[in-house]
Amino acid sequence: MTPEIGHFALILAFALAMAQSVALFVGARGDDAGFAVFGRRSAIVVFALVAIAFASLMHAFAVSDFSVVNVYENSHTAKPFIYKLTGTWGNHEGSMLLWVLILTLFSAVLAAQGRGCPRDLHLLTLGVQALVIVAFLAFILFTSNPFERLIPAPVDGTGLNPLLQDPGLAIHPPFLYLGYVGFSIPFSFAVAALLRGKADTVWARLVRPWALIAWVFLTIGIALGSWWAYYELGWGGWWAWDPVENASFMPWLAGTALIHSVRVVERRDAMKGWAVLLAITAFSLSLVGTFLVRSGVLTSVHAFAVDPARGVFILAILVAAIGGALTVFAMRANSLSATGAFSAVSREGALVVNNVLLLVACAVVFVGTFYPLFIDVLSGDKISVGAPYFNMIFAPIASITLALAAVGTLLAWKKGDLPASLKRLIPAAAAALVIGVLVLFLADRARVSGAFALALVVWLVGAAAIDIAGRVKLFRAPMSDSLNRARGLPGAAWGAAIAHAGLAVFALGAAGISLWKSETVVLMAEGSTAEVAGYEVTLQAVEQFSGPNYAAERADFIARKGGQAIALSGERRFYPVRGMETSEAAIRMQWPGDLYISFGENKSGNGWPVRLFFNPFVHFLWLGAAVTALGGLIAFGDRGKKPAKLRHRQPKPVAAEAAPA
Amino acid sequence: MRRIVFIFPILVFAVVGAFFAYGLTRDPSNIPSQLIDRPLPEFDLPAIQGMEKGLSTEDIKGEVALVNVFGSWCVSCHVEHPVLMELSKAGAVPIYGLNWKDEPGAGKAWLDRYGNPYDLVGDDQAGRVAIDLGVTGAPETFVVDREGRVRFKVTGPITEQYWTNTLAPLIEELRRS
Repeated sequence: MTPEIGHFALILAFALAMAQSVALFVGARGDDAGFAVFGRRSAIVVFALVAIAFASLMHAFAVSDFSVVNVYENSHTAKPFIYKLTGTWGNHEGSMLLWVLILTLFSAVLAAQGRGCPRDLHLLTLGVQALVIVAFLAFILFTSNPFERLIPAPVDGTGLNPLLQDPGLAIHPPFLYLGYVGFSIPFSFAVAALLRGKADTVWARLVRPWALIAWVFLTIGIALGSWWAYYELGWGGWWAWDPVENASFMPWLAGTALIHSVRVVERRDAMKGWAVLLAITAFSLSLVGTFLVRSGVLTSVHAFAVDPARGVFILAILVAAIGGALTVFAMRANSLSATGAFSAVSREGALVVNNVLLLVACAVVFVGTFYPLFIDVLSGDKISVGAPYFNMIFAPIASITLALAAVGTLLAWKKGDLPASLKRLIPAAAAALVIGVLVLFLADRARVSGAFALALVVWLVGAAAIDIAGRVKLFRAPMSDSLNRARGLPGAAWGAAIAHAGLAVFALGAAGISLWKSETVVLMAEGSTAEVAGYEVTLQAVEQFSGPNYAAERADFIARKGGQAIALSGERRFYPVRGMETSEAAIRMQWPGDLYISFGENKSGNGWPVRLFFNPFVHFLWLGAAVTALGGLIAFGDRGKKPAKLRHRQPKPVAAEAAPA
Repeated sequence: MRRIVFIFPILVFAVVGAFFAYGLTRDPSNIPSQLIDRPLPEFDLPAIQGMEKGLSTEDIKGEVALVNVFGSWCVSCHVEHPVLMELSKAGAVPIYGLNWKDEPGAGKAWLDRYGNPYDLVGDDQAGRVAIDLGVTGAPETFVVDREGRVRFKVTGPITEQYWTNTLAPLIEELRRS
């Protein structure tokens, strides 16, 4: 019975969302309060209905109701309870429902907080949002119904993919979707701005927190995914440039460009068309990612079961949403004229450069990801694009972007003083130089690239510190005065500095593991010893045991280095229901790098193939991502000043602003 | 002039969208063999331990046949095996086996246990012939015509449905030509 309640709620939500979108567009044109009120309240009701549907699906998983096909295919009675619950979104249908749940949640929040938002902008944005909801509800109802019944009900289910039975992966998709779907609001705001022919500082102030929070969630989601891949997949790496990883990374890059350019619109009323286009692009790339994962156009370890009907439907959504938005853009973008002009050397100028670099980086990832598809379509050849392409082209662009980020935050709005800003950066440059030279002489390998990488890290952290120090007049004013200033500093400034420093920390991790990783593969029997990065690793014993829904083999290792002994153990689990194996790598997290051991099957009877890694600085990857997300969160907390300054700025004639070019 | 700039994004999307639409009609995991329409590479494999005759290229000529790469260690081969048994019982097509990277004796033990659908089996313990054939995983099956040329390759297990829908008509056509 409960699954039918869910199914029915979903159908109701679909019908209501359709009526709602019409009401909102009609309501935005005239001033009939009825349509507007109906449209706004519907947003909340649609969310409630989808929440009921989601809860009923979760209930079916919780009680292992195998008369529901989806539960039968993805769950099992012997599965730990928590993974029964998270199994709700561990499959195509359920994850789409989670996606729509988040989409309607954001809509409901937006509908509830209309204060400070011009009436027509609010209604149009909700209207566009409602159209997106309609499209995805149709997709679920017509191609991916999670409530489909299976009568008679089988005795037991076929289990959840064991790789997904992991806390990291249980929480990774919700964060990722919060990010993906979060960008739908800036998208709807952008289309609404085009429809009403006006994007101004008020518009930017409304969009910025949404873009930031989506970006924060996406940052966390990607980092969690990478962390999971690191400790669960047993290959010793953290990022493989897999199509699905790229699918989450492209909206992140576009979203990063968006949060920077929206700031320009907010502060200076310029770059509007560009910001609108970025808002459309960020969500479009989220949609493209969905298409990629669920249509089977590319092969990936992450891809869901392939069904051509779904691919066609998502492509139709893509064409309607992206094509529609870009058509409106082509027709109306002309009306978004800028009032604020700025000179090339200015904060705005720096942000333009930042945006261009980020979009080039995004294009590099896009081309690399879809190149196999393009080639297949054009010539029928099957090729794959590997990590070397991405590393070779992406790393330099990312490095340049980070290096310039240091300078950008020091430049003043409107017209900056480049020589003065560079002069302030001399301490950072000196520290970077010292580190670079040290690495050049001390590193045992990858000297030149290592010197550049670590110099970049120091440069970026130094610049962020100098930026904040300058703003609070550290050492130039009494300490108490500086502290007061620090407290009074806008969240946006703190956020930028912290996020940039976080990226530097992340870069340190990336440089460490890619330049100085040690790796050996050996065949080990019980009692034999191997060596990696100065550690003598002994395989103590291998034992068989059984877990709640798997059989497993545990290997105990002892690693010795200079009198210190570290015990580690790794597991290989076999899940009989799915006939799948997973590995739990033996990881010792420590400074300055992880000892990481994964082992395979003793096929020959002579021993276990063991891969030993020493991954220097690897934690900084996730620490950096966390700090970056924290920076975004702090900037999110800064709602910007009420445009008091602006009011006094606006009457100024445009010509006067354009003068210093 | 500005207008044209604004049209640019939708044009880019139109091109990308067209590629997506066309891409949907293709299966990325279906990797065509380089060997299609080429003669089967020359090999002369010894028999697997416990059997008498090996397998060479010469044996395969003369009749449309299947060359099936298998191993006792391969899980998907277990799935495929009953289908091959049925084909062999019905005398649908000669099937030659390439026992790939198996322990000595393991191949024979496997065939004793589940039945032997193969006319002849060659032992490719070192995996050299598999490399010449461009085998990426087991099971993999090549359809070879009367002149000993490879005409088609199946990656993964042959199911009953796949046999009826794809392989049987293909073999019929090759026999007629």
